[in-house]
Parts: sequence; C-alpha cells; structure tokens
Amino acid sequence: MRAVIWQLLQREWQLSWRRPGDVLNPLVFFAMVITLFPLAVGPEPQMLQRMASGVIWVAALLATLLSLDGLFRSDFEDGSLEQWVLSPHPLTLLVLVKVLHHWLMCGVLLVLLTPLLGMMLALPWSVIPVLCVTLLLGTAVLSLLGAIGAALTVGLKGGGSMLLALLILPLYIPVLILGTGTMDAALQGLPVQGYLLWMSCLAVLALSLSPLAIAAGLRIGVSE
Amino acid sequence: MAAEQIDIIDLTCERDERELFRGLSCRLQAGEVLQVAGPNGAGKTSLLRILAGLMPAADGDVHYGGRSVLGGSGREHWRRSLLFLGHATAVKATLTAEENLAWLCALDQPVTPEAIWDALAAVGLRGYEDVPCRQMSAGQQRRVALARLRLQHKPVWVLDEPFTALDQAAVRALEQQILAFADTGGTVVLTTHHSLDHLSQVRQLDLGRVA
Repeated sequence: MRAVIWQLLQREWQLSWRRPGDVLNPLVFFAMVITLFPLAVGPEPQMLQRMASGVIWVAALLATLLSLDGLFRSDFEDGSLEQWVLSPHPLTLLVLVKVLHHWLMCGVLLVLLTPLLGMMLALPWSVIPVLCVTLLLGTAVLSLLGAIGAALTVGLKGGGSMLLALLILPLYIPVLILGTGTMDAALQGLPVQGYLLWMSCLAVLALSLSPLAIAAGLRIGVSE
Repeated sequence: MAAEQIDIIDLTCERDERELFRGLSCRLQAGEVLQVAGPNGAGKTSLLRILAGLMPAADGDVHYGGRSVLGGSGREHWRRSLLFLGHATAVKATLTAEENLAWLCALDQPVTPEAIWDALAAVGLRGYEDVPCRQMSAGQQRRVALARLRLQHKPVWVLDEPFTALDQAAVRALEQQILAFADTGGTVVLTTHHSLDHLSQVRQLDLGRVA
C-alpha cells in the first residue's frame, strides 16, 4: 500500500516536472490578476487593503479552477484510468494521492506567492500569516471539491471546462465567504480562531467525503 | 498459476440504447485462447470491457471460478487474477518506458528495475529504457505496454487489439507467447482483426452471429 502511494507521487511529480506549463499557468494567472488590480484601481492603500482579501481569494479560486480541467483528462484519454479502476488498490486512495499532489503543485505554491502579493495590496504584515493559513486550508477544499467536478466531466468530448465551472463554482462559494470573512476579522483585530476552525471543518469534510465522490465519478466516466 | 473456469452467462450488452449482443453464453477452461471476432461495431471491445469489469452489462453475469465477478468477493479475486490491456495502452507519452512500466506494475505489485529491463529487452526495446515514450513509434509504444505481460504474473489475460501497430516478427513472437502462456494453464481472451486461423488452439467467438 505504501509502495503504491510513493510510486504514484513519484509518477505525478515526473509528469508535472516534464510539463511545467501545467503547473506554472495557474500561478502566473494568479500573480497577474492580483498585479493588475492596483494598476487599475489606483494605488491608495486604504482602498487596496479593503479589496485585498477578496481579490486574492477570487484569484486563487479561479486559478485552481483553471488547473483542474486537465486533472484527469490525459489519464482518461490514454487508458491509464482503466488500469486505476482495475487495480486491486482502492481507487479512493489513488485519487486522494493524486489530488494531494495537485494541491501541493497548485494550492501550496499559490500560498507561497501570497505574502508578496499581499504586500502589493497594502495588507499589513500582521494579517499575512492568517491569510496564508486560511488559503492553505481553503485551497485544499478547492482542490478536493474541484476534483469531483473534473471526475464527472472527464468523459465529455470537447472539453467540459464550462460545465466544470458551472458545477463547481456554487460549491466554492462557502469557502470564498469564509475565507474573506476571516480576513475581514483579522484586519479589524478581531479573533479569527472561530473562522479557522470552520475552515478546518470544511477541509476535513472535503478530505473524508470527496475521494468517494471522485472515485465514483471516474468509474462512471470510464464505464461510458 | 492456472486460471479458473470463466463462465459468461446470458450476457447482454447495450450501448446508447442500442443492443450489441444478447444472450451470449460461453465457457472458458484454463489454458484456452478465445478470439472474439465480428465486424466493426459488433461489441468486441464492449464484451472485453464488461469482462474486465469496466462496463456494466445490461443483463447476464460473468463467473470466475464459480463466483460472480460483478460484485462481492468474486470481484476482488477477479481483479487480482486479471491483466487487462485496453485499446488505449495506458502508456504515458511524457514518461520513459521504465517509468511507465514501474508505475503500471506498482498498481498491482511493485517490480524491480532489473525485471523491467529484462522485460523491455524481451520485447526488443533494449536501450530504450530511458527514452520518453512520445519519441517512440506506435509499435514501440505498444511493445512497452506488452512488456507488462512478462512482468505481471496473472492467470487471465484480456487483450484488446494487442497486435495493432506491431511488425510481423513481433506479431509472431506475441502469438508464441500467448500459446506458451495457454500451455501453462493461462486463459486469454483477445480481439484482433489479424487472422489467427493458423493457430489451431485458438477458439473463435463470432459476435456477428450471436447478435
């Protein structure tokens, strides 16, 4: 069991290392959207600070969505998913590892960029750690929920990216509200533990239930 | 490792509301090679996918060793006994031959790099271990996939068009490998448009006549 997890992480790593564009595109998108905002709305710190958390969260959400479309597609097209479904190892475990890798390559890298972009939006240093922690938890939820949509749309000919967005965006809204709510509280100096616990709840819920849904979605996709 | 008996019982396959075959029954003993034949669209690939458990059957059942493979413990046992090679070979273009095989085998049982090198040499790809598969021809990619037959020791092979893109020497080698495997008690179900009439051991199942 441990061997297959290790091998899968290694395989995913090799795949993204050889196609760096797939990893870099969402990151560049994220950085560009946030960089353009101060240019468009002007450099006043008060205004930027008020918008900052919203802008960062929306950009992170859309960047994740952008990276999700191809999550299972190439494995579906070259027959890899058939082998996954037929493997004696549980499909839920395999997809969980795959999504974990996606989160490392998308969510975690976004979070690493965030302190710099937060400064650009005039966020005080004191709230940056809170922002990073909520984003870290939040992007995990985004990856897990998004993978359900990616699994359900995997068999659609001609790309299901529009359908994926329609399916998944409503599910992203609670994360968005909670994430920006945390930041508002932090900026006003209010306690944020409650928000963080709620976000952790969402992350645990997504972590425990979404692999089942992803695996079921992929089984349907493969059986078509 | 001899295969157990495979029973296909009254199997019906539908795709998009269209019936491909109905009431298909067949019994396969250990050591048999079954070639599923029929015109395009007769349901050859669908039959193989149902057998493998990738696609649900509209009706009927498949038994392996007397237990249904469509659910329960029989399904688990079947998965551990089966090597399925689909029309799409599951070979990743960006990975090298060795990386591909290491992962595909690890999905079941991890194998050593030495075993992978030996298997690649046996399919005529010595020296290609570290070449990304997208730099290989279609036939060479097919050989990478076929190297799994030498690495994973399963009693049942289900092969969809295994001869596609192979040259004549490789086709003959694969035929010999299939026959040798059947001699050791393995069961093979395959589809191909390539004629296997010269091999007397191969049984034919014509889907064109069942439907």
